[in-house]
Amino acid sequence: MSNESQLIFEEREDQIHRKGEQPYRLACDRDSLAGAVSQRACVFCGSRVVLYPIADALHLVHGPIGCAAYTWDIRGALSSGPELHRLSFSTDLQEKDVIFGGEEKLHRALIELIDRHGPKAAFVYSTCIVGIIGDDLAAVCRRVSKEKELPVIPVQSEGFKGNKRAGYHAACKAMFELVGTGDVSGISPLSVNILGDFNLAGEIWIIREYFQRMGIETVANITGDGRVDDLRRTHGAALNVVQCSGATMDLAKMMQEKFGTPFIRVSYFGVEDMAESLYAVARFFEKQDSNVLSRTQELVHEELSVLLPQLKEFRQALRGKKAAIYVGGAFKAFSLVKAFRLLGMKVVLVGSQTGTAEDYQELHEITDEGTIIVDDSNPLELSSFLKEKDVDIFVGGVKERPIAYKLGVGFCDHNHERKEPLEGFVGMFNFAREVYTSVMSPVWRFVPRRSRTLAEERFAGS
Amino acid sequence: MSDYSSPYISTTNACKLCKPLGACLAFRGIEGAVPFLHGSQGCATYMRRYIISHFREPMDIASSSLGEKHAVYGGEANLRQGLQNVMKKFGARLVGVATTCLTETIGDDVPMILRTFKREMAEQGTAHQDLPAIVNVATPSYSGTHMEGFHAAVRAVVEQLAECPEDAGRSAAVNLLPGFTSPADVRYLQEIMADCGIPVIVLPDISETLDGPALDDYRKIPDGGTSLAEIARMGCSRATIELGRTLFGHESAGRLLETRFQVPLHRLGVPIGLRESDRLFEVLQLLAGVETPEKHVLERGRLIDAYVDGHKYTFGKGAVIYGEEDLVIGLTSFLLEIGVKPLLCASGGKSGRLREAIEDVNDSILPELPIIREGVDFYEIAEEAESLSPDLLLGHSKGYHLARRFRIPLIRVGFPIHDRFGGQRVLHLGYRGAQELFDRIVNALLDAKQEASPVGYGYM
Ligand code: SF4
Ligand code: SF4
Repeated sequence: MSNESQLIFEEREDQIHRKGEQPYRLACDRDSLAGAVSQRACVFCGSRVVLYPIADALHLVHGPIGCAAYTWDIRGALSSGPELHRLSFSTDLQEKDVIFGGEEKLHRALIELIDRHGPKAAFVYSTCIVGIIGDDLAAVCRRVSKEKELPVIPVQSEGFKGNKRAGYHAACKAMFELVGTGDVSGISPLSVNILGDFNLAGEIWIIREYFQRMGIETVANITGDGRVDDLRRTHGAALNVVQCSGATMDLAKMMQEKFGTPFIRVSYFGVEDMAESLYAVARFFEKQDSNVLSRTQELVHEELSVLLPQLKEFRQALRGKKAAIYVGGAFKAFSLVKAFRLLGMKVVLVGSQTGTAEDYQELHEITDEGTIIVDDSNPLELSSFLKEKDVDIFVGGVKERPIAYKLGVGFCDHNHERKEPLEGFVGMFNFAREVYTSVMSPVWRFVPRRSRTLAEERFAGS
Repeated sequence: MSDYSSPYISTTNACKLCKPLGACLAFRGIEGAVPFLHGSQGCATYMRRYIISHFREPMDIASSSLGEKHAVYGGEANLRQGLQNVMKKFGARLVGVATTCLTETIGDDVPMILRTFKREMAEQGTAHQDLPAIVNVATPSYSGTHMEGFHAAVRAVVEQLAECPEDAGRSAAVNLLPGFTSPADVRYLQEIMADCGIPVIVLPDISETLDGPALDDYRKIPDGGTSLAEIARMGCSRATIELGRTLFGHESAGRLLETRFQVPLHRLGVPIGLRESDRLFEVLQLLAGVETPEKHVLERGRLIDAYVDGHKYTFGKGAVIYGEEDLVIGLTSFLLEIGVKPLLCASGGKSGRLREAIEDVNDSILPELPIIREGVDFYEIAEEAESLSPDLLLGHSKGYHLARRFRIPLIRVGFPIHDRFGGQRVLHLGYRGAQELFDRIVNALLDAKQEASPVGYGYM
């Protein structure tokens, strides 16, 4: 691997691990290396991802135009009602605002937008330069909150103050201001909040339906298809069900501390994790309702009896094919590793942008010998791994897609722009179908890494 | 100047992008170049994603990844370390350093940092040929849009790299500064120049870097782009053609070549439609000293033939045109030729030249000018368009919600095209581009008519 070692920045060597070759160790949680093309986003991005799906809130980005423009309606976070979240609001700071401060503009923009749209609450996001020019976001928010009599909540998401994970934290802090402010009467003792699902392609509706069949009430969606008034009542739920490595974990912890609401971590990707997640919830409520477990078993049984025969054809075709995974959070990576295993495929590379030490330890445990584990990677590295491992399909986000495609490697978008639900049992079917659609396509025969050039072709023919 | 100022404080659904994005796109059209953002990581990641979704090509943008302490104490150390990493690992021949809002606000003196950096590298014995060219451009988004960023980067490249030694004579080459067009447009311009027998230096040249072939190996930097040697020779070229009416009167790259190296400058509108394309071919004819090649005369003839064949479908239809100002001007000029009535010409940009340019291209075809709005967002465009009952929209993908709301076709042009395939191959320029646009517009109108008809005509 001589050319590979050149590709890897020395400073990053300890952020890559090859299972089986060395004893396990992996550094992570570092700042991105200057000059490397990191796939990482900023604090603001993290906050925006989490809060964005709250559909009846106003989301105002205080800063220059780019930060808002690049996050305008880019995610498929669906709403069953209001769609205020799909608009992109910005204070579009201009030079004079940067020099003289943007507080007045922010104030007037907020008043204007609240009057125009009548939201249930407003989130005001801070961006890098707001952190520098020193606008007192909180003070402006308090003032508007009083004037307009609705919650106006600052989100301290200056981009440079860490990575996406810091943004998740800022978002959770912002949401926590709403928790506990609503009326909780009439909530069933068998009730949950769904945390860490953003209703991409309508996924949260699938999960809510499962809970309903189990006889469990969902109080608040956090945040997919989310509503401000639901958030206010979240403390009335008996249990927080938290998906995804980090996005809403902080909120669950804050709620546990203040309201004593327990939480469990779940994943809705892949058959094993999906079923286990439902069972975990059922076990929690077993004491209150002895039938909940049997209802859950019934549900899983029903779903599997539909799904498994459907998967058969895919499994036959995909057996032994090689997969690579590079996603935002490591928790999603766990589920994907298992999902590929169910399809009979081999995971040869797995990595994430923001995994923690425990995450990587767990990945190390569930992967096969020879699997490459990597933290905060970049295109150069990823492409060298894809080639080295002769990967059939790569699961990543939109920034990884061109790398895969340029090299003629199949790709599955597992990020926030997907249009097909991948959660739940039906999601496993969609996932298998997407992997199948890509891996089995005839186009890979023609790509340079697998075929001869036109000249060689001609030569061979003559 | 702009005769209109927005009644609103806030911006909703911006019709513009931020300045460094334009600079990165321009740098991407130079051979061996790595665009580098001096600022925090987030901006680079966002822009990459935005650009990738349009071109479906890898787009690396390095970043100095400033963190909190750098924001307080200055970003010099990170900038230097970042440059070294880019040199070491990308083998860049040019690093295009664009600042961001953050580094402009904290006041990093980038030109000075780079001067010191280069001097120290030289002192440490880094051979001159191993040291990439480093071009810097100031691109705070709080003044200007991605288009200002694009043009500023092109100008910075010329300013910092173009030469013309005293003894060197004029070369036969012509500089072509196309502005921000599609890779297909650039390829077509190159074809035209070759057909006219004019050696050309296109800056920037994204024809291959943002629309490349499938590869066996991942390239750290995509092949193609204007070479540094070509850029260095731009001062000796015998003429410059610069496209974009908003640049008229500006201190653009073309103007710089003219004042510093006395390279005669031909400023033209973006050649969209018949008349603006004619102007381009007139200049080429002049420079080539021969008549326009038959091939292009024929294409022109076919275009007029198509205008005639399709005139009934397009006449009197009302259109809303939005996006980058120069694109809007070109499209408006084209629509005026085919009898479509521009109702509203809108842009998030604020050059102050939109009205004048549209007056010029109207050339009294219409007695009354359309509504012209600079510096607007989609909230205002929608508000304005509501009462105009347009039949069609021309612009990028971000106006799709309008098309949906008004139930009218959107002809997707320019950047970004995030909801259709092949944005990088959309041809806008010249007779051929006009032909494609015309076919698309007529077909979209026919399609709308067919769909709306209860009869189900199979013969339109
Ligand atoms: S801070 Fe400035 S450069 Fe960065 S994304 Fe926002 S507008 Fe663009
Ligand atoms: S300016 Fe800051 S907040 Fe905005 S995109 Fe860039 S890093 Fe993120």
